Amino acid sequence: MARIIGGITTSHVPAIGRAIAKGLQQDPYWKPFFDAYAPVRQWLGEVKPDVAIVLYNDHGLNFFLDKMPTFAVGAAPEYRNADEGWGIPTLPAFQGDPALSWHLIEQLTGEEFDLTTCQEMKVDHAFTLPMALLWPDQKWPVRVVPVCINTVQAPLPSAARCLKLGQALERAVASWPGDERVLVLGTGGLSHQLDGERAGFINKDFDLRFMDSLVDSPAWATQYNTHQLVELAGTQGVELLMWLATRGALGSQVQELHRNYHIPISNTASGLMLLEPVA
Amino acid sequence: MTDHTEIPGTVIFDGAQAMKGYALNRMCYSFNDAANRQAFIADEDAYCAQYGLNTQQREAIRARNVLQLIAAGGNAYYLAKFAGIFGLDMQDIGAQQTGLTKAEFQAKLLAANDQPRRSI
Repeated sequence: MARIIGGITTSHVPAIGRAIAKGLQQDPYWKPFFDAYAPVRQWLGEVKPDVAIVLYNDHGLNFFLDKMPTFAVGAAPEYRNADEGWGIPTLPAFQGDPALSWHLIEQLTGEEFDLTTCQEMKVDHAFTLPMALLWPDQKWPVRVVPVCINTVQAPLPSAARCLKLGQALERAVASWPGDERVLVLGTGGLSHQLDGERAGFINKDFDLRFMDSLVDSPAWATQYNTHQLVELAGTQGVELLMWLATRGALGSQVQELHRNYHIPISNTASGLMLLEPVA
Repeated sequence: MTDHTEIPGTVIFDGAQAMKGYALNRMCYSFNDAANRQAFIADEDAYCAQYGLNTQQREAIRARNVLQLIAAGGNAYYLAKFAGIFGLDMQDIGAQQTGLTKAEFQAKLLAANDQPRRSI
C-alpha cells in the first residue's frame, strides 16, 4: 500500500525563478533563503519519494477567469511549464502518473470533493519553483500529481475544507495498491499582499503562530474564514490554504524536522517546513 | 454582495470585481504570450480595442497606474503580466501603490522583521 512519507510546505514567488535563472543562490539577499533548503534536500535523498502530490495555486497560466475551478486535479502523462508573461526560462517538463491521479480523483469524489479533472494542464511558478528548490538539477526523480486550489477569485474554499481535502488525500493514497512513497508538497504564503494601498503587508506574529499550529493543532487556522485570513495574512497570504491541505494529509501527529522563516523575499514573508507523519 | 468588514487598502477580487474587470484581465492574460506583448507595444490602442476595454480600463492602462487598474477590476495576478512588459517587479508595483520610492518600500518590508510577538 502506498503511503505518505512526509510533507514540505514552502513559499513560491516568481522572483525565485529570476534568481535561479541568474544563478544568485549565494548572493547575500538570496543566500538565507536558498540555504534553508539544504536540510530538506538531504532528507529527500534519504527517503527517496517516488511521487509528489503538489498542492498549489495557479496564477493565470493554466486557468483564466472564464473557468475557475475551486479544486482541480491533474490527470496528465506530462505537465509543462510556460511563459507567464515575464519571458524567463521555463523549467523541464514533469512526468505525471495518470493511473494514480484517477485513483485519487475517484476516492476524493467518493468523499464528496467535486473536482475538476485536467488531462492537459500547464503548471506555473507555484508548482515549478518549489520543485526546483527541492531538486536544483531539475532532473525530477518523482512522478507528480498537481492539485490546484483557487486563491485567485473569491469565494475561496475555507481553511476547514482545505484541511479536509488533505485528510481525504491521505486516505486516498493509503487505498492505492502500489507501494509508492508519496511526498506532499504544498506551496504558497506566508503573509504577503501585492495589491492595493496595503501592498507590502506582512504579519510575522501570525505567520509564526500558524507554523507552530501545523505541528500541534492543525485545525487552529480553521477558526478564521477566508476573509479573516486575508485580513491576517494579506490578499496572497491566504495561499496558506495549501499548507493546511498538506498538513491534513499527514495524519493526526507529525514531527517537525526543519523550518525556516525569512522576511522578505520580494514582497513575501517566506516560510519553509518539513513535517513527517508519526505512525 | 458581501457582509464582511472592509479591509483598508484592499479590494477583494470577488464576483463583482471579476465581472467588472473581465476584459482588462483577459487582455492581461494574453500577455503570457510574448507575441502578444509585442503586439501591445507595437500598437497599444489597437490592442486595447481588440479586447474591448472600457474607458476607465483604457485610461488606467495608459497611466500604468496599478491602483486605477484595480479600481477598474484588475486582478493582481493578471496585472503582474502587464507590469512584466515594462520590466517592473512586484516591489516596483508595491512602491507605486503605496506612494513610496522602491528603496522606501523595500525598507518597509525589511522592517517587518522587527514586528513584536503578541500574546494571545
